[in-house]
Amino acid sequence: MDVFLHQFLNLEIMRQAWPIIFKGLQMTALLCLAVIPLGLMGGLVLASASLSRRAVLRGAVKGLIDLFRALPPLVLLILIYSGLPFAGLNLSPFAAVCLAFTLNTSSFYGEIYRAGIESIGHGQWEAARSTGLGAGHTFAHVILPQAVRNVLPDLVSNTVEVVKLTSIASVVSFTELLYAADMARSVTFNTSPIVLAAAIYLVLLWPVVRLMSRLEHRVAA
Amino acid sequence: MTPLERFVDTFLNPRLMARYWPDIAQGMLVTVEIALAVVVTGVALGLGLAVLRSYRVRPVNALIVVFVDVFRALPPLVLILIIYFGLPNIGVNLSSYAVLWLVLSLVLGAFAEEIFWAGILSVRKGQWDAARSTGLGFGRTLLYVVLPQAVRLAVPPLTNRTIAITKNTALGTVIGVAEIINQAQTAVSFSGNATPLMMGAVAYILVFIPVVLIGAHVERRFAWRRA
Amino acid sequence: MTLLSDPPILDVRGLVKRFGALEVLKEIDFAVAAQELVFVIGPSGSGKSTLLRCCNRLEEPDGGSIRVDGVDLMDPKCDINAMRRRIGMVFQSFNLYPHMTALGNVTLALRKVIGRNRRDADAAGREALERVGLADKAGAYPAELSGGQQQRVAIARALSLEPKIMLFDEPTSSLDPELVGSVLAVMRDMRRAGMTMVVVSHEMRFAREAADRVVFMEAGRIVEEGPPARIFAAAENARTRAFVAEIAR
Repeated sequence: MDVFLHQFLNLEIMRQAWPIIFKGLQMTALLCLAVIPLGLMGGLVLASASLSRRAVLRGAVKGLIDLFRALPPLVLLILIYSGLPFAGLNLSPFAAVCLAFTLNTSSFYGEIYRAGIESIGHGQWEAARSTGLGAGHTFAHVILPQAVRNVLPDLVSNTVEVVKLTSIASVVSFTELLYAADMARSVTFNTSPIVLAAAIYLVLLWPVVRLMSRLEHRVAA
Repeated sequence: MTPLERFVDTFLNPRLMARYWPDIAQGMLVTVEIALAVVVTGVALGLGLAVLRSYRVRPVNALIVVFVDVFRALPPLVLILIIYFGLPNIGVNLSSYAVLWLVLSLVLGAFAEEIFWAGILSVRKGQWDAARSTGLGFGRTLLYVVLPQAVRLAVPPLTNRTIAITKNTALGTVIGVAEIINQAQTAVSFSGNATPLMMGAVAYILVFIPVVLIGAHVERRFAWRRA
Repeated sequence: MTLLSDPPILDVRGLVKRFGALEVLKEIDFAVAAQELVFVIGPSGSGKSTLLRCCNRLEEPDGGSIRVDGVDLMDPKCDINAMRRRIGMVFQSFNLYPHMTALGNVTLALRKVIGRNRRDADAAGREALERVGLADKAGAYPAELSGGQQQRVAIARALSLEPKIMLFDEPTSSLDPELVGSVLAVMRDMRRAGMTMVVVSHEMRFAREAADRVVFMEAGRIVEEGPPARIFAAAENARTRAFVAEIAR
């Protein structure tokens, strides 16, 4: 038991590691602040494009969405981070990570928006157009608000996934929370710093997960 | 060399493709094996926990809810690192494959439990009433009347979630599991060329397109929207 | 012919049921003799369904006693699952198992609770379906059946267990008018065959022609009971008369 506590819940080591872990947390927050809005907007763009009347555009967008949903995010990240320099493109680590994550999450957000938009009955389109609203206005003021309200739980759920996704940036040595914690681990030969990082993720995400559970079960029952 | 030739040489080099495709194929095998194992244990764990939860024993349910919440809130990579680096120091020695399988199974189990539980809750109370009124006990009602319906309702969200979690097998590269991207990264550092990376990406797509198709097939055959 | 000295098939004494702070059943005394058809009427919220559901402990009573065929259901040693086979229940929303055929629905309890083998269970199941006039629908799924057919399968499901008493909780309220007749016909057949029945329903014509006794409930109490002729034409209690007048419209 003592060995367990020493290895995983060593408060002294956690205290020592806290400064760099906090720095890592700040980078994670920065990453989230960049990727989540970019992903939400990118997803909206993709979803709108998938409604286009031009079949070529629809097909291309569907292909893109399927591609980025099929590729594991880590693979995409490594491709961009390690691969682009070969093509002469040297992005900063932050930019590479943002690009990879944005491509990935836009596809997932895009799918969610698309499902939401499709769930809005034709009647809404017809009513709005028949009052003279153009397609753009109809989409922006009538369809989209309703679609978003319908899929809000899925949007929240995907946002939780994005926060968890940032931990993958540690694999390409991007100094976010998990990377900082792992650094501390390799220096101290003790796993407690990573347990501390886990605790931070829990503090951030457990309330949201609990809330989502409540919503899911209420809808079901 | 023209820019196009340079591009092909860097990313689509035929000689390197020939040299490294056996390694990538080996990686695909590892990916598929681990993914299958994770699906079996994860879904079984989720179903088992949901069944347990339906007996409504308060302390047991509290434990289940805590487990499910924690494993849905934590990034899998965090769990992988904690278990991979921590266990040997307390005397438990698991291979990196075992650690990857264990963590992903627990995570899938947590998500699957929520999905199955939602399915069980959405079976109409009248079904319980009818079965109990013919003398079927709780367990038999669950087994023959409720679960068949709940599981069918669970299939669409479950296939989606399963596909998402099996893609996390790529995380194994961090702890040395010789799956696709791991093989690709090794090949890149040996060859100084990005072609293996492209091969890795293609390999993933090749592995997961059938998975997505199987998922769609399973959905069509077993899923069933309540009338 | 029932002798007055025979014990009632269903004997409810002082039944109390609360939902939270609301007392839904207030000390109900209710007895049903063998082969009787008792109709229970009353406004919604009067506790009729709850009374029925307490009789096979789908709702747990908060007080009082329930004896079925002489067995005390509230006794902790009572095997409620075994007792439930002696009490057949038919629900307003049929509650057929959608993933099983009609025959599967009817034979599930026979196979899994009583433990009959497949062949015997199927034979008994087909016989029950025959009695409700649906022998040819044995292989159909509930989604392929009309409401009336589904309800008749539900009746067959209860009948196949050879119950001592059948409880009907608004059996025709979910049916389109033209399908009601088929279900009532089955219920008439059961009555003629001597089944003891308790029916909660608004089908007044059926009550008039088939019921031995009509019980009027309101706000968790039995207000009045008696033969249908009296209850429907010249009830003693003013509230009974008011209710009867209301539903006659």
